[in-house]
Amino acid sequence: MAIEVRIPTILRPYTDGQKAVQGDGDTLAELFTDLETRHAGIQARIVDGGELRRFVNVYLNDEDVRFLEGINTKVADGDNVTILPAVAGGMA
Amino acid sequence: MLTITQALVDQIVAHARKDHPDEACGVVAGPEDSDRPERFIPMLNAAMSPTFYEFDSGDLLKLYREMDDRDEEPVVVYHSHTATEAYPSRTDISYANEPGAHYVLVSTADTDSLGDFQFRSYRIVEGEVTEEEVRIVEAY
Repeated sequence: MAIEVRIPTILRPYTDGQKAVQGDGDTLAELFTDLETRHAGIQARIVDGGELRRFVNVYLNDEDVRFLEGINTKVADGDNVTILPAVAGGMA
Repeated sequence: MLTITQALVDQIVAHARKDHPDEACGVVAGPEDSDRPERFIPMLNAAMSPTFYEFDSGDLLKLYREMDDRDEEPVVVYHSHTATEAYPSRTDISYANEPGAHYVLVSTADTDSLGDFQFRSYRIVEGEVTEEEVRIVEAY
């Protein structure tokens, strides 16, 4: 068992085009560090200065982790993590 | 080039007009790799702002799950500018994360005089903006 991570189109160049990859860790921070060992460059697209990037949404089993414990949210085998860049913009 | 039906153009413009003076936003989904916009999905602007838009994070997850289940992708990502021309701003460019999508911009700046609505389309890939022709058809 491991944690399944769903990868958005924009980050699939880091995963050889795979829509989902497996990872391990006790927290999201550890999970992203683990992904980095096999998918170099992906961590910096999700994490900045030890925090989740403002315009990257991460969901644990369909819950936005900002409403949990952010990057320190605990994860376990069998969990599903989904990464989705925000759809945002505007003239500001 | 973006090829899109008149009916979809009308729906996008109507949404932009309805939400004015806030920015309106949404997606037109289509079958994967078809480049054919088909399913109009207006989204709530969680920012509820005249100068910024952002899909609500819960709605975003639901939208992508649904497209995944239907083997669709976001062929068009649209939003409105309410006081400026229909050209991508610096903000639009830095948050453009769908390299395969047509980014449609509608300007409602002329809403009060009921002038022509600008309806323009762009590709935004790695910070590079390329305007493209819009071909409006009755049906595909």
